[in-house]
Amino acid sequence: MLQVKNISFSVPEKQILHDISFSMDQGKFIGIIGPNGSGKSTMLKIIYRYLKQSSGQVMLYENDMEQMTRKKIAQEMAVVSQETPVLFDFTVKDLVMMGRTPYKQWLAQDSKEDFAIVEESMKLADVLYLKDRTLGQLSGGEKKRVMLARALAQQANILILDEPTNHLDIEHQLQLMDLVKELPITIIAALHDLNLAASYCDELLLMDEGNLHMKGTPEQVLTEETIKQVFHVQAGISKNPFTQKLHLFFYAENVGRSEDK
Amino acid sequence: MTRLRFTLLIGALLAGLLVSMTFAVMVGSVGITPSIIWEVLFSKIGLPVEATASKAQNIIIWEIRLPRIILAAIVGAALAISGAAIQALVRNPIADPYILGVSSGASVGATMVILLGAFSFLGTYALSFAAFLGAILAVVIVFLLARVNGRTSVIRLLLAGIAISMVFSAITNFMLVTSKQQGGIQAVMHWMLGSLAGAKWSTIGIPFFTFLLVFLLLLLNYRQLNALLLGEELATTLGINLDRFRIFIILVVSLLTGVVVASSGSIGFVGLIIPHLVRMIVGSNYKFVLPISALMGAVFLVWADMVARMAIAPEEMPIGIITAVCGGPFFIWMLRRRRYSFGDGE
Repeated sequence: MLQVKNISFSVPEKQILHDISFSMDQGKFIGIIGPNGSGKSTMLKIIYRYLKQSSGQVMLYENDMEQMTRKKIAQEMAVVSQETPVLFDFTVKDLVMMGRTPYKQWLAQDSKEDFAIVEESMKLADVLYLKDRTLGQLSGGEKKRVMLARALAQQANILILDEPTNHLDIEHQLQLMDLVKELPITIIAALHDLNLAASYCDELLLMDEGNLHMKGTPEQVLTEETIKQVFHVQAGISKNPFTQKLHLFFYAENVGRSEDK
Repeated sequence: MTRLRFTLLIGALLAGLLVSMTFAVMVGSVGITPSIIWEVLFSKIGLPVEATASKAQNIIIWEIRLPRIILAAIVGAALAISGAAIQALVRNPIADPYILGVSSGASVGATMVILLGAFSFLGTYALSFAAFLGAILAVVIVFLLARVNGRTSVIRLLLAGIAISMVFSAITNFMLVTSKQQGGIQAVMHWMLGSLAGAKWSTIGIPFFTFLLVFLLLLLNYRQLNALLLGEELATTLGINLDRFRIFIILVVSLLTGVVVASSGSIGFVGLIIPHLVRMIVGSNYKFVLPISALMGAVFLVWADMVARMAIAPEEMPIGIITAVCGGPFFIWMLRRRRYSFGDGE
């Protein structure tokens, strides 16, 4: 459904992305992993058209996204970005209602249907009990979940998450990932935590210095060899006995050496 | 903010505006009772009422005080919603409607008319016309300076606004210091601090309809204004064409503030404090912020104008002094309150 074709992106004096191409299928959970500064966020921002690529194309259902209106894109794609804004005071339910913006014509009122969708989204993201609080009163993790509820209210076919588990405690990390995984839509998430990526994603894109280093299932991508190559750490790879998913252990390169002595 | 609370608040403010305006008509060198005011009003719109008002009272109410008070309400409402919209546009709580250079541009135009006699062929409209022209010219320059690669940058908008304001103020000051006309200099000072004294029925039509138009346009776009407050990236992902929407806001707000400044000079502080006060009461949702701001701005300026007329009667105080004297301390009080965040979310 989504195809990225030969995307490059540069800012003056620096090329951030080098000729990246991949495609993704409907309903999959795709993880983008890679070290800091490898271009994960930039890649996502180009996909949701906040940044404009220097060359290349992003195609959505065979349409060039540059030809689509912002409104249409917002109906197809919802985004939870890294920044959680706290400017000015909105109540949680007002903020989640903003997810309905792409569907609103001039003069349109918030309909019963909108309120139902907003309520359902708040329930899903576990923020219903916060609905009358203002954003300024919430913790970082609560804000993140409110932003997720807002994105859910957009009822898009693609949900893009840029490091969604930042600021979340372990319970809410797993809760959020479970919730997202259950959604019948395509998920694209930039993730830092390789173990989360391994247990939830159907497919991983490993980025390194602005290049797409590798694409494949977690088992194909997360090997001792690639992790050493890209992240410069040693990894031990086993299985989580409870979930049967990959589980990785990391240690710095010199640790093994000092033990050898 | 529930619908009920909102309706109640609107009702209370409307009643408050009506009472304030009636009271403002009563106050002045010639005392007038409320019943006479309503009597004159009703007889003017053709209702059969007992005529007890004298001819002089009729003229004072209908020709002098009423247009002025209505203009005060319009100007207050217009500045308040312009301030609210500009604060959303630049996402900066210290922004006011003049931040894009409107008032300094208008000052140049007005000063040219008063001191140099420019546009004298326009007669009594010369001042308003020149002020409006100056205001729009300043905004256009600021806007062009803020465009980079076909996008409008907010920080450049703010900085260009400051730079252009400086240049235009310098031009005004140059004209002032090189002028030999004491009366003219005083007139310019008065104009710059704002005054509603010139209000006539024939001159309040344009401000009124411009206000109505811009208010409706902004209210129709309240969702976009809300999204703008969340930041550029979020607004974009909610389907808003950021650049187009910014140009739209700059256009309508400059039009409205240009018209308002042309009719009454650059009255300060209203456009800055009223939106903050309103957000403190109703939160940041522009669906509520816009109408409540309009009403509060109207009430505030009706009172400010009343004080301006009364404070050093029979002389008139420039209204800008009143708004600053009342607005400053109030702003400081708000600043010290811990509950209101001024948008920095602490």
